[in-house]
Amino acid sequence: MKSTAHTFKHNVHVALHDERLQRALHKAGGGFIEKRRAALDELPEFEALRESARAIKDHTLAHLDEYLEHFEAQVIASGGRVHWARTPEQARRIVVELCREAGARRVTKGKSMVGEEIAINEALEADGFEAVETDLGEYIIQLAHEPPSHIIAPAIHKSRQDIAELFREHHGHHEALDSAREIVDEARERLRAAFLSADVGITGANFLIAETGSAIVVTNEGNGDLTATLPRTHIVLAGLEKVVPTLEDASVLLRLLARSATGQAFTAYTSLFTGPRRAEDGDGPEAFHVVLVDNGRSEMLGNEFHDMLRCIRCGACLNHCPIYGAVGGHAYGWVYPGPMGAVLTPLMQGLGEAGDLPNASSLCGRCEAVCPMSIPLPALLRRLRVRQYAVGGGSKRSRWGLAAWAFLARRPRLYRWAMGWGVRVLAALGGRRGRLRRLPGAGAWTAARDLPAPAGDTFQKQWRQRAGRGRG
Amino acid sequence: MRIALFVTCLVDLYRPRVGFAAVNLLERAGCEVEVPVQTCCGQPAYNNGDLDDARAIARQVITAFEGFEHVVAPSGSCAGMLKCHYPTLFEDDAAWSDRARDLAERTHELTAFLTDVLGQDDFGAHYTGQATYHDSCSSLREMRVHAQPRRLLERVDGLQLKELGDNEVCCGFGGTFCVKYPELSARMVDDKVARIHETGADTLLAADLGCLLNIAGRLRRLDSTVRVYHIAEVLAGMADGPGLGEARDQGKGRP
Repeated sequence: MKSTAHTFKHNVHVALHDERLQRALHKAGGGFIEKRRAALDELPEFEALRESARAIKDHTLAHLDEYLEHFEAQVIASGGRVHWARTPEQARRIVVELCREAGARRVTKGKSMVGEEIAINEALEADGFEAVETDLGEYIIQLAHEPPSHIIAPAIHKSRQDIAELFREHHGHHEALDSAREIVDEARERLRAAFLSADVGITGANFLIAETGSAIVVTNEGNGDLTATLPRTHIVLAGLEKVVPTLEDASVLLRLLARSATGQAFTAYTSLFTGPRRAEDGDGPEAFHVVLVDNGRSEMLGNEFHDMLRCIRCGACLNHCPIYGAVGGHAYGWVYPGPMGAVLTPLMQGLGEAGDLPNASSLCGRCEAVCPMSIPLPALLRRLRVRQYAVGGGSKRSRWGLAAWAFLARRPRLYRWAMGWGVRVLAALGGRRGRLRRLPGAGAWTAARDLPAPAGDTFQKQWRQRAGRGRG
Repeated sequence: MRIALFVTCLVDLYRPRVGFAAVNLLERAGCEVEVPVQTCCGQPAYNNGDLDDARAIARQVITAFEGFEHVVAPSGSCAGMLKCHYPTLFEDDAAWSDRARDLAERTHELTAFLTDVLGQDDFGAHYTGQATYHDSCSSLREMRVHAQPRRLLERVDGLQLKELGDNEVCCGFGGTFCVKYPELSARMVDDKVARIHETGADTLLAADLGCLLNIAGRLRRLDSTVRVYHIAEVLAGMADGPGLGEARDQGKGRP
């Protein structure tokens, strides 16, 4: 999808005034947070698990080349193939080519954020394939021609009424569905036909297992299984950071994933796919492919954004982010929203495109506090700001203001003099009311807030005056 | 015990009374308080990617606060900067990293210092009212301060503490964030104000002037009757004057 991250401020404005969106966000709001908390309350070993998980990922990333090669060897040994894609273009070409090889017309898709990242649906449709999303949320936003607004709940911005209307429009019936049950039943009926007639199934992967060459996919709807096992060809699309050494390692990460995401101990389905159908198998695809997507990841491996590669895409940082909670995912303008998106989008789309994202954070740190992989998200956002500052990014006005302030802050005597005047002027302007409703140059503050007026003299001045009278 | 007060730029410029309240509490707990010449902790530079200025300011602070047994700030945010971020700033600087770490080890947030280090919970304060307490993000997550201010407030005669809903959620201040993204910040402070009003409290307290200026600014704009003080003012018995953003002649009991 084409990024609109460069119009972030405008997107925010629109989102804040979109009543339907605000209602949906409000409704979704606390649910994930409470469920996660309840799940963790029953898991006293959470912190210990978190440490093990971090160690597993750090170890894997330190030896990523070896584990990827081992993974490839195991995939080949089990009868599959691995394809390496440095760029989204290469990844799209590989997938389209595989679909052509399979003589496909219809392609079913399990939810895949890497699929969104490389815009695979557009590529498939451009080449004449029919791509059908099979995760209910993804199916809904595919009908609406919208990108996902949350990495684990793609249609979280839609109300039940929105969905009922969408189904009526696209499924060509007259009466609107009014219960969630009816909506789910209708989607199931539609999707069943797609599952049974698909030639290729594309899924993402939550983990790739080096020791067995397997891909693990977790879902709550079972659509991953039907997408992977019914068509003739199964293509797994995955970022190359998804590999872990062993099944044992994956089990540690799995214990954190669903709890952090939805508050479930485990998702309804945790499926392992290893190679194509063997002679003794009752079902499964004839061909099994894994497309490993780099798209900037190997660069991150060696730079100051290395920690981001531990991300297991649970969405906890989105759920706990006050910015995400206020505007939802679409305002971020690209595939990944919330704190993790504010790090990934500038790295994948460029700071020129997405320079607002790392700045639009109060650095409150709640994301880092809930991250099961202990990713220091605020620190990563700051590092993006450092990059941006180094190339002269940001508005002229804020750079100039910052430079003037820093000039003073580095010169205590001058600072004391200038600030002494500043607070006296503000105190005089505040007058007896003790506050200012408006102040030239401070419109960003006073648009929604009064500015409490200072008292008159600075603490340090008063302190030294008192000291002069024999105190301190 | 000889301690240095890192008064913070906002208290220095906006609310000197908080500085005097902090000194009052520290002296009553037996400390000898000094106030080295200071400007700011450097967060505006640090959080906007300007590491050169952040380091220059940090070096200034490190130098000015050397030799004191403890450094105390009436702010989780500024204390967090000294404690958590100065060491990061000088990670690759052999000459300064030890000095930064040394300062970090001696730095405390005020309420945590009073209770944990000095072992004082009761300052004999009196305040008539129902108060709710806002945890600043840095206090909560960088300085790990949560129980300490509550312990102190429990001992304030006449004060009834009402817990604030969503107390882990940011108020929307965020330093320069609030002026760079005013719409987002306004929404966040509105949410915070709604939670404050839900408690039914007549007073909002916190230990960070940044949050307090932001929340008080919004409360005053909405003509709310909720009064706003720094926790040190209440503990030191200095909350008898106008709250933040109130008219100068507005004493207690006249919202």
